[in-house]
Amino acid sequence: MKLVIERREISSRLFRFSAPLVSIAVALFVAGFLLLAGDINPLAAYQEIIVESLGSRYGLSETLVKTTPLIFAGLGVSLAFRMQIWNIGAEGQLYMGAMGATWVALFSGIQNHWLMLTAMFLAAFMCGGVWAGVAGFLRARWQVNEVIVTLLMNYIAILWIDYLVYGPWKDPRGFNFPYTAVFADTARFAEYFNTRLHSGFFLALACALILFLFIERTIWGYEIKVIGSNPKAAQYAGMQTGMAIFGVLFLSGAIAGLAGFSEVAGLQHRLQHGISPGYGYTAIIIAWLAKRSAIGVVIVSFLLGVLFVGGESLQLTWQLPVAFVYAFQGLILFFLLASDFFIIYRPRLIRR
Amino acid sequence: MMKKFAVLLLTLFLVCCASAAFAKDIKAAFVYVGPVGDGGWTYAHDQGRAAMDQLPYVKETKYIESVPEGAEATRVIMGLANKGYNLIFTTSFGFMDPTLEVANRFKDVAFEHCSGYKTAANMGNYFGKFYQGKYLSGIVAGAMTKSNTIGYVAAYPIPEVIRGINAFTLGVQEVNPAAKVKVVWTSTWFDPGKEKQAAESLLDVGADVLSMHQDTPATLQAAEERGKFAIGNDSDMRQFAPNAFLTAPIWNWSVMYTKIAEDVHNGTWKGEEKWWGIETGIVQLAPLSDAVPQNIKDLVAQKQQELVEHKFKIFSGPIKDQDGKVALEAGKSFTDPELLSMNFFVEGVQGTIPK
Repeated sequence: MKLVIERREISSRLFRFSAPLVSIAVALFVAGFLLLAGDINPLAAYQEIIVESLGSRYGLSETLVKTTPLIFAGLGVSLAFRMQIWNIGAEGQLYMGAMGATWVALFSGIQNHWLMLTAMFLAAFMCGGVWAGVAGFLRARWQVNEVIVTLLMNYIAILWIDYLVYGPWKDPRGFNFPYTAVFADTARFAEYFNTRLHSGFFLALACALILFLFIERTIWGYEIKVIGSNPKAAQYAGMQTGMAIFGVLFLSGAIAGLAGFSEVAGLQHRLQHGISPGYGYTAIIIAWLAKRSAIGVVIVSFLLGVLFVGGESLQLTWQLPVAFVYAFQGLILFFLLASDFFIIYRPRLIRR
Repeated sequence: MMKKFAVLLLTLFLVCCASAAFAKDIKAAFVYVGPVGDGGWTYAHDQGRAAMDQLPYVKETKYIESVPEGAEATRVIMGLANKGYNLIFTTSFGFMDPTLEVANRFKDVAFEHCSGYKTAANMGNYFGKFYQGKYLSGIVAGAMTKSNTIGYVAAYPIPEVIRGINAFTLGVQEVNPAAKVKVVWTSTWFDPGKEKQAAESLLDVGADVLSMHQDTPATLQAAEERGKFAIGNDSDMRQFAPNAFLTAPIWNWSVMYTKIAEDVHNGTWKGEEKWWGIETGIVQLAPLSDAVPQNIKDLVAQKQQELVEHKFKIFSGPIKDQDGKVALEAGKSFTDPELLSMNFFVEGVQGTIPK
C-alpha cells in the first residue's frame, strides 16, 4: 500500500464556490477544540466574534479599518501570483509606500488638500513600485529568484524606516520616541460616521475594481495570465516576458505601497516604528485563499478583518491570555490553507 | 414643626443627590503593552490592578495585554470606552497619543496614561520617580563589579530611560568612580530574545554586572547562565535568576491605583500630572541579595532614608556630561521639567543617544 496525493477531477462551479466555505467550517470546528480546552463554549465565542466585529456601527467600522490595508497588500500579492511570480515582499513595500507618503506629508510644503493627497498617493505608489521593481529587474534580467529578493528586502525596508524615525525624521517634540511629527490636516483622509473609517477603505475597493477590470478585460491582463500558466508558449507567441515580469512586480509593489499610504494618511497620521503588524505577510495568505481574484481578495480580507477584530474580544470577555488568541487565529489560518489543499487534491491509498 | 421637617427632608434630599452624583461605581480597564506574565513591567501593573479590584466601589477590572503601540492601541482603547468602562489606564509611553485621541471622543470617561506628558480635562498622566530606585541599585552594582564594566540593556532613548541610566551611573560612582556603564539599545520594551542577545553582547565585552530597562527578566537569565551578577527592573525578578540577582528597583502601583480609583469614586478626580517619589512607596528596592556586603547594604539603606526625607537629591551639581562638559553647576539641582525632558548622558556612561 502506498499513499499518493492526486488532483481531484471534479471542478464544478458549485464546488469551487463552496470550497472556501467548507474550509472555514472545518477550521472553526477544529479551533473549537482549542476553545473547549480553555473551558469556553465555542459557539458562544464565535457568536462573540461576530457580534463584536459586525454587530454595531463601531465594530463594523473597525473591521473595515482593519480590512483596508489587507485589501491593498492582498491585491498587490495576488496580481504577481497571477503570473506565478511570488512576491513575498508586500510588508517591505508597504513600509516604503508609507515612507513616500510621509515624505510628501511632512516636507513637500503643499497646502492644498487634494494636491497633497494626490502627491502622497503617487509617492507611495512609486516607492512601493520601485522597491518591488528591484526584484522584478533582477528576475527578468538574470533569473534571480524573486522569493528570496523580495523577502530579504522586507528587512531592509523595515530597518530603513527605523533609521528614519529614530534619526532624521524624528518628531522634534517627541522626546526621542521613534515616530515622526503628526501630519497636518491637509495630509489626512476624511473620516466617516464619527468612526475611524476613512477614505482609504473606498480607495481600496476602487483599486480592487480597477484591477479586476484590468485582469479580465484588457490584453495586458490576458498576457499576464498566459505568461503565468505557460511562459514558453507566451514567448513563442511573441510576448515580452521580461518586460512583463518587471511590470507586474512593479505594479504589485506599487499597490502594496498604497497600503502604507492609506495607513499613514487615514489612521496613524504619522510614520512610526512597527507601523504594520505583518499585513504584508497576511496578504500572502489572502492572495492564496482568494485564488488570485481581485474580488476574492476583498472578501477574504474582510473575513480576516472579522477574525482579527473579533478575536480581540475573546481576551476581554474571558480574560484569555493573548497567546491563546494568537494560537486560535493561527489555527484558523492553518486549517483554511490545509482544507484548501484537500479540496484541490485528495490523498488515496493504492496497492503496489 | 412642619418647617423643621421640610428642612430635614430637603437636607436629606441634597445629601442623596450629592452622593448619587459623586459616589461613582468604577468599571476599570487596563491596556498593557506586554503580557501580564512578563515578570516585570506589565506584571507589576497587573498587581496594582488586582489591589484596586479589592475596593468595594470597584465593580470590575479587566485588562487587554500585548497591545502594539500606535493605531492598534487606538482601536483597543476606543473599544473599551465603547463598552462602558469609565476608568481606563494605558501603561506605555507609546499609548499617549492614542489615549488622547480617544479621550477627546469620550468626555465622560476618565483616562490615565502612564509615563507620558500630555493631559486633557479627562486624561491624567501618572508615573513614579523610578530613577530614585535606579540610583540605589547603582550603588549595589558599583560595589559588586570587579571588571569595572557594567552593562545596561535599554529599550528606547526616551527621557525616562535616560534618566534611569544617569541616576544608576551616579549611584555606581558613589562607591566606584572608576566603573563605566555601557549602554545597548534594543528598540523594544518586550522581546526576551532580543534583550538576551543584547545582554550577551555586553557580557562578551567584559561586563560582570548587568542592569537593564526592559520589561522582562531576559537580561538576568543571560547573567545567570554565565555566572555573572544582574540587577532586575520593575518587579522582584529573583526567581528567574536566583544566583545572579542582586536587587531591583520595583514598582508598587497599588498605592497609585487605589488613590486614583478613590478620587474618581469621590468625584475629586482631575486630569492632572502625578509624579510620585520614593516616599509614597510607589518606588521600592527589592531586598538585597546575600552576596552584597553589609557595609553596602547599610549605605543603600542610609541613602534610601535620605531620599525619603528629602535630605538628598540625586541630580545635584556638579554633574558633568559624557564629554566632560559641565551639565549642572555645583550647588544647583535639576527641576522636574528638566528631569522629565533629560536628553544627555552623564560622565561614566558609554553609549550614544541617537540624535
